[in-house]
Amino acid sequence: MKILVCISKTPDTTAKIAFTDNNTKFAGDGVQWIINPYDEWYALVRAIELKEADASTVIHLVTVGAADAEPIIRKALALGGDEAIRINAESQDSFYIAAQIAEVAKQGGYDLIFTGKETIDYNGSSIGGMLAELLNLPYVSLAEKFTIEGTTATIEREIDGGTETNTVQLPVVVSCQKGVAEQRIPNMKGIMSARTKPLKVVEPTAVDALTAVVSFDLPPAKAGVKLVPADNPEELVRLLHEEAKAF
Amino acid sequence: MSVLIFIDHADGHIRKAAIEAACYGAKIAEQTGTTAEAILLGSTPADAAALGQYGIKKVHTVNDASLNTLDAQVYTKVIADAATTTGATVIVFSNNIVGKAVAPRLSARLKAGLVTGAVALPDTGNGFVVKKNVFSGKAFANVSINTAVKIIALNPNAYPVTASEGTAEVVAFSTTVDSPKIQVTATSKVEGDVPLTEAEIVVSGGRGLKGPENWGLVTDLAKALGAATACSRPVADVHWRPHHEHVGQTGIAIAPNLYIAIGISGAIQHLAGVNRSKTIVVINKDPEAPFFKAADYGIVGDAFEVVPKITEAVKKIKGI
Ligand SMILES: Cc1cc2nc3c(=O)[nH]c(=O)nc-3n(C[C@H](O)[C@H](O)[C@H](O)COP(=O)(O)OP(=O)(O)OC[C@H]3O[C@@H](n4cnc5c(N)ncnc54)[C@H](O)[C@@H]3O)c2cc1C
Ligand SMILES: Nc1ncnc2c1ncn2[C@@H]1O[C@H](COP(=O)(O)O)[C@@H](O)[C@H]1O
Repeated sequence: MKILVCISKTPDTTAKIAFTDNNTKFAGDGVQWIINPYDEWYALVRAIELKEADASTVIHLVTVGAADAEPIIRKALALGGDEAIRINAESQDSFYIAAQIAEVAKQGGYDLIFTGKETIDYNGSSIGGMLAELLNLPYVSLAEKFTIEGTTATIEREIDGGTETNTVQLPVVVSCQKGVAEQRIPNMKGIMSARTKPLKVVEPTAVDALTAVVSFDLPPAKAGVKLVPADNPEELVRLLHEEAKAF
Repeated sequence: MSVLIFIDHADGHIRKAAIEAACYGAKIAEQTGTTAEAILLGSTPADAAALGQYGIKKVHTVNDASLNTLDAQVYTKVIADAATTTGATVIVFSNNIVGKAVAPRLSARLKAGLVTGAVALPDTGNGFVVKKNVFSGKAFANVSINTAVKIIALNPNAYPVTASEGTAEVVAFSTTVDSPKIQVTATSKVEGDVPLTEAEIVVSGGRGLKGPENWGLVTDLAKALGAATACSRPVADVHWRPHHEHVGQTGIAIAPNLYIAIGISGAIQHLAGVNRSKTIVVINKDPEAPFFKAADYGIVGDAFEVVPKITEAVKKIKGI
């Protein structure tokens, strides 16, 4: 089986969110960059587990990004995976990224394509679905469990207030979230072997983005907390009822 | 020309998130001088014509059994046909579970620019710019859609519902429906509980509650308020509470009217999932807990003493 895992680079979850250039760019200086948690903890780790269960499995990683995405893709290789492909382009919009990945996917003949549920910076939740449409494949979103038997995938996906079990024939595109796997720490052996794993750089195909970010805003600051003494919780309830009209 | 709104429904009822999308889409139709029409797939719910109250003129239904379960590929083809037939220039989804599965596919199929997680009406003064949540609720991006057809997925609880008089015309839309490639073999729902993503009020507990045996504090208050329950990530990780209750950066993102956090420190990854709540209440014994900085109301105190009194006071006000 051949698996493609889509890997994106995001600011660390604790990074300060600020903007420069007249609020048109994220202030990335001094920010620590990580693998998008959904891509790392769930999509990638589940792919590695599938390979551990069946050694004939091949895992490719793909990222759309400039050279500064290489430390991220190397770190992903250290966790596991056989080779990586970097499509040498600044990410523009979701459609642009999906179209680039679709080109790589068409050539690779993958049985399974994993993405994360969403990027924690853009929160698009879009690339998996777009990719599936461009490849004319079924798409199962927000997977919480993923198993495979022969060429049939069984997936538990989130629905409002519960879960639903889906079965589908490969090939399929799946977006992964919590439940699919457990976070892992890369070990020394993985880190050493990642240095020699192939990292292929390919140039992007010509595709027009459909959207563009014009500017960013920060939410207005909170007015500050109104504290109620611990010996008078009834006052809190009164405020919630009468002032905030919250219930 | 139309603004076409996708209407998500379950168990015979139109979802609240879909009604928000209808109101939002109707307003865009008003802004752009077009009509608001809706597309509704699967068994038609009894309240379809009532969408007229929210400004929908016409509801196109495709009552085909294959559409009673979600296969995004099958849905996309049908919605694309409806978009063409109605001359849709804007297509609106709720950015909920179904919307997240279908809207991106439709965007790629129609080569129509998509903004997910919208929180306000588009600015049509100069182009077509939609404000969306980014950085997990910590910022907004204003995104310009540069294609003739535009798709927006509206965040739940981001646009108010306003109803007036009106009945929509309900018509069967005729099109071919492909056979699904995805089979649904089982469904499991948490019985009786309010789904977290749709809840108006959420009561949430953290590690400060010490163990699952103390969760009555949270569930009693939730019951009194008619609220859903949630928890911090470590609580789900050690299985004090089920995974589907975990909110935050890696869990569910919610935006209820009222969020009550009990014994939760307010780590930035937790806040990322709850900071869009309208009113935040924090109960924590540590005055230095970072959550107080993000809160509207708070009590510095021991949850084990304070929370039962809050529950009693709520019951008294509600007469239960
Ligand atoms: C990449 C990443 C992603 C993450 N994603 C998430 C996420 O999605 N959601 C999430 O929640 N976390 C997430 N975390 C974890 C997060 O950083 C925190 O560790 C976590 O939120 C802490 O949970 P807590 O507040 O329940 O526990 P603690 O931090 O241990 O806080 C417990 C609080 O309870 C208070 N307390 C103790 N006893 C009492 C009492 N008797 N009465 C009142 N208060 C009391 C304490 O003062 C303390 O503030 C993530 C972390 C990382 C690195
Ligand atoms: N630049 C990128 N390169 C490769 N994969 C990406 C990129 N951006 C996003 N993805 C994948 O698409 C998923 C959803 O991203 P998004 O639609 O932006 O929320 C992520 O979790 C990744 O798996």
